[in-house]
Amino acid sequence: MSTDRKKYFRGSSDGKAPTFKNPLDGVEDRYDLIVIGSGLAGMTAANVLARSGFKVLLVEQHYNLGGMATWFKRAGGHVFDISLHGFPIGMKKTCRKYWTKEIADRIVQLESIRFSNPQFDIETTFTTEDFTRHLTNTFGLSNKSVDGFFAHVRGMNFYDDSGATTGELFEEHFPGRNDVHRLLMEPISYANGSSLADPAISYGIVFSNFMSKGVFTYSGGTDHLIKLMKAELRRNGVELRNKVQVDRIIVDGGRVAGIEAHGRTIEAGSVLSNANLKSTILKLVGPEHLSSEYRKGVESVRLNNSSTQVYLGVKQGETIPFVTDLLFTSTRETFDSPSLCDKHGESRTFSFYYPKTRPGSDRYTLVSSMNAHWDDWAKLTDEEYARDKAILIEDTLTTLERLIPGTRRKIDYVEASTPRTFQFYTQHQQGSSFGTKFEGLGYSMNLSDQITGLYHAGSVGIIMSGWLGAANYGVITANKVDSFLRQLESIEA
Amino acid sequence: MTRDETILAVKDIISTIAPDEELVGLDTAVPLRDQIELDSMDFLDIVMELRKRYSVQMPEEDYGELNTLDSCADYLMPRLEGQELKLQNA
Repeated sequence: MSTDRKKYFRGSSDGKAPTFKNPLDGVEDRYDLIVIGSGLAGMTAANVLARSGFKVLLVEQHYNLGGMATWFKRAGGHVFDISLHGFPIGMKKTCRKYWTKEIADRIVQLESIRFSNPQFDIETTFTTEDFTRHLTNTFGLSNKSVDGFFAHVRGMNFYDDSGATTGELFEEHFPGRNDVHRLLMEPISYANGSSLADPAISYGIVFSNFMSKGVFTYSGGTDHLIKLMKAELRRNGVELRNKVQVDRIIVDGGRVAGIEAHGRTIEAGSVLSNANLKSTILKLVGPEHLSSEYRKGVESVRLNNSSTQVYLGVKQGETIPFVTDLLFTSTRETFDSPSLCDKHGESRTFSFYYPKTRPGSDRYTLVSSMNAHWDDWAKLTDEEYARDKAILIEDTLTTLERLIPGTRRKIDYVEASTPRTFQFYTQHQQGSSFGTKFEGLGYSMNLSDQITGLYHAGSVGIIMSGWLGAANYGVITANKVDSFLRQLESIEA
Repeated sequence: MTRDETILAVKDIISTIAPDEELVGLDTAVPLRDQIELDSMDFLDIVMELRKRYSVQMPEEDYGELNTLDSCADYLMPRLEGQELKLQNA
């Protein structure tokens, strides 16, 4: 095995690096709560409940914590952030309440968001004032219709779903204005994989979260954030274990009893899964423990789409002038939702990471993202896969050079990820980067009605997606777990 | 706990959840949301804190009872009977 140890395991084509010791060594036999998965929902729930005094074990299959809130390093001093693109102001309050002031204080506003496509070329701070200014001045809409739209989406809440789609919502307020629909939909599609066909209510809630004070990021980079979160989890007494592959959630007489992993059984009063909803219910639990109605329902839940990304590392010593923080770009004449997922399509976003992303650093990186379908990448031969990744990289570099001439020669590292990469690292079914569609939410929230003590939190239903949605859903679920565990304690006492 | 103490118990919890809000002079009959900035996550925090400090189990359908300080007192007084006031930010 000594040669295996030296091998550098890189990405989905190489498989996983072997582990040489049981990752559960030293873990106790029983906890109040076991959290499976360390996405922002899992970590936030673990932190809230540990702070409340419960004994918590957090297990993660990957070698880092963070789930999709992750990063990777490459030779040449490059650090690439996967999902740091931007989140709503609410994240600041969430971090302050459920994490630490130090984390919250590092949340800073992005200076600029740009759109560049055949219909319009604009720069905005994505605040209500600035967005309204564009909608009235650039797009020539009346203040009345803009205010009417904002009032409508702000007033939407989860409990009164009218059944309308997002496309119908846009058509109601801005009929025939494909350019306006593009402006409103594109950023949200990249933020959570939603489309014009998804419920208007899911759009309204997410859009209103963003459209208040602008778009925010974490100063220090994803690695810094996760490092602080890890320290806080430890401080609150959470037992953290990486590289743990959970085989099974143990159910006994309709109640959750613990987990099985690496040949061990670990008991728990409650289990909270932050793994993909469908994997949790259909694989880790198993259909025999579910009512047939619930099982069929979960089987029919649609996964959200996946993504491709291209990571561009700027050579040390080279600089890029400030262009914008986030650029939504397309050469497509008009907007439609499905084309955002086109393989080798015409629309992509660029996140520009300047030295300000990691204060003290002098490095620049760019990450280009597209939405993508699993099926377009799943069944390729190795040759086809390599060829298609090369096309993806070349298209991205060509687009970049067109937008900011002279940038291409400054890049000294490129790499692409595909739905297969996301599937490999996150174990999400079909590499889904945004959890499930809307209907997944009900099944996620009602899991404990099927199996007492078992809960799910994670990217579901579009609303509970993205950094803020995931973290807050972790807290919402933590509240239910807290209630359950306290009842359990009072019965046992 | 008296009615005044119950209201104080709720205000103390709010002061830990929303430390920047001014709680002196709140009208007990007016919805909290109309007087200070509280979102749905903050109300969830109030529910969790009530459970932690006073073992009050509030089912989801009762969350609306936290609308005003008066409705909080009506709902919580019978549930806090015989309990001592626990203040964190006093």
